[in-house]
Amino acid sequence: MIYGVYIVSKSGGLIFHHDHSVPRIETEKTFSYPLDLKLDFDKKFITVVFGQRDGIFVGHHLMAVNGTQVNGTLLEDGKEVKEILEKEENYPLNLRFCRPRMTTNEKIFLASMFYPLFAIASQLSPEPKSSGIQILEADTFRLHCFQTLTGVKFMVVAEPIQTGVEVLLKKIYELYSDYALKNPFYSLEQPLRCELFDQNLQLLLDNFEKNGITNI
Amino acid sequence: MTIHNLYIFDKAGTLLYYGEWNRIKQSGITRDEEAKLMYGSLYSIKSFVNKISPIDSKEGFLFYKTDKYSLHYFETASSLRFVITTDTLSTGVKELLQQLYAKIFVEYAVRNPLWTPGSPITSLLFKTKLDEFIKNSPIFGLKNI
Repeated sequence: MIYGVYIVSKSGGLIFHHDHSVPRIETEKTFSYPLDLKLDFDKKFITVVFGQRDGIFVGHHLMAVNGTQVNGTLLEDGKEVKEILEKEENYPLNLRFCRPRMTTNEKIFLASMFYPLFAIASQLSPEPKSSGIQILEADTFRLHCFQTLTGVKFMVVAEPIQTGVEVLLKKIYELYSDYALKNPFYSLEQPLRCELFDQNLQLLLDNFEKNGITNI
Repeated sequence: MTIHNLYIFDKAGTLLYYGEWNRIKQSGITRDEEAKLMYGSLYSIKSFVNKISPIDSKEGFLFYKTDKYSLHYFETASSLRFVITTDTLSTGVKELLQQLYAKIFVEYAVRNPLWTPGSPITSLLFKTKLDEFIKNSPIFGLKNI
C-alpha cells in the first residue's frame, strides 16, 4: 500500500504532494462520568492531551459527541462541547475520536525538514562518498527517497512490506519529466499544478497497488 | 558485512560511549561536535517520523539506509539510545543492539559501581567486552573491497 508521494525541489521546498490511501483511524467509545481523558480546547479542535486508552491516543481530535459532528468547539446544533462534557446528567456519552490528517502546512514543514537530514546522513557517513538517505524505516511505514541528478527529490511513503518502490520512484520521475518539465506553463522550482501529471500519477499508483511492479 | 561504528547516548544527549571498527571516513569535525550532530539529527528524525507516520507508531524510527551504509537505532525504555552503523546488507542488527544492551551495557556499565549514570564510560573491561561482542557477532565480517 502506498500512503503518499512528495516531491521536493532542488532548493528544499515542497513542490508537490499527494495522499494516496491514508487509512482513516477512528475510535468510538462510550464514557461514563467523570471523563477520564484530559482534553485541550483549542479554537479549531478538541485534542486529547492525556490519558490515552483503547486506541484513543494523545493528539487525536474529538469528531463527534453522541453521533453529532463537532465543529471547532461547538456541536452542529450550536451547543458548547465543553459544557456537555462537564455535566454529569449528560453521561453516558458516546465520543468519537479520529487521528488528525496532516495539513498542507505541516507537509511543507516536514518536507523541508527532510532536506538537512538527508545532507547530515551523508556527512556522518563512515564510508566515503555516501549518498543521502534512501530508505528510512519506522515500525509503521517506510519512506523511500530518490534524488535525481538535478537535485529533485522524490519521496514515497509506503507500508514497510511494500516491494518495488524503487521502480515506482523512477516511474514517477518519468511522469514528472513528461508532464511537468515538458509543460511550457510550468516553471522550475514552482509548485507543481499540472492536471495531466495528477491524472497519470493517480493511474500509476492505482495500477501499482493492484498489479505490483510487473505491470507498470 | 561489517560494522562501522557505535554511539551510545543517554536521555540528556551525552555521548556515553563511542566505538569504531571499520570506519574509513572521518566526518572532519571533532568527536564532540560529531556526537552533537548525530544526536541532533536523530532527535529530528524521531519527530519527523512521528509526524509523517500515517498511523500511530509505537517504536517509531528503526533505521535508515544510504547507498553506502545503514544506521540502526534502538531506544530503551529508559531513553538510552544505541546507534550503530553497518553496511547496507546486514540483517538482524536490531537484535544485536538489544543483546548489546542486555549482555554488555547492563553487565559491564550499569553494574559497575564506579560508573555514574550520565557520565562517559571509561571502563576498560566494558571496552574489551564490547569489542569482543562486536567482533564475534555474525554481522562483523572482514570487509571485502
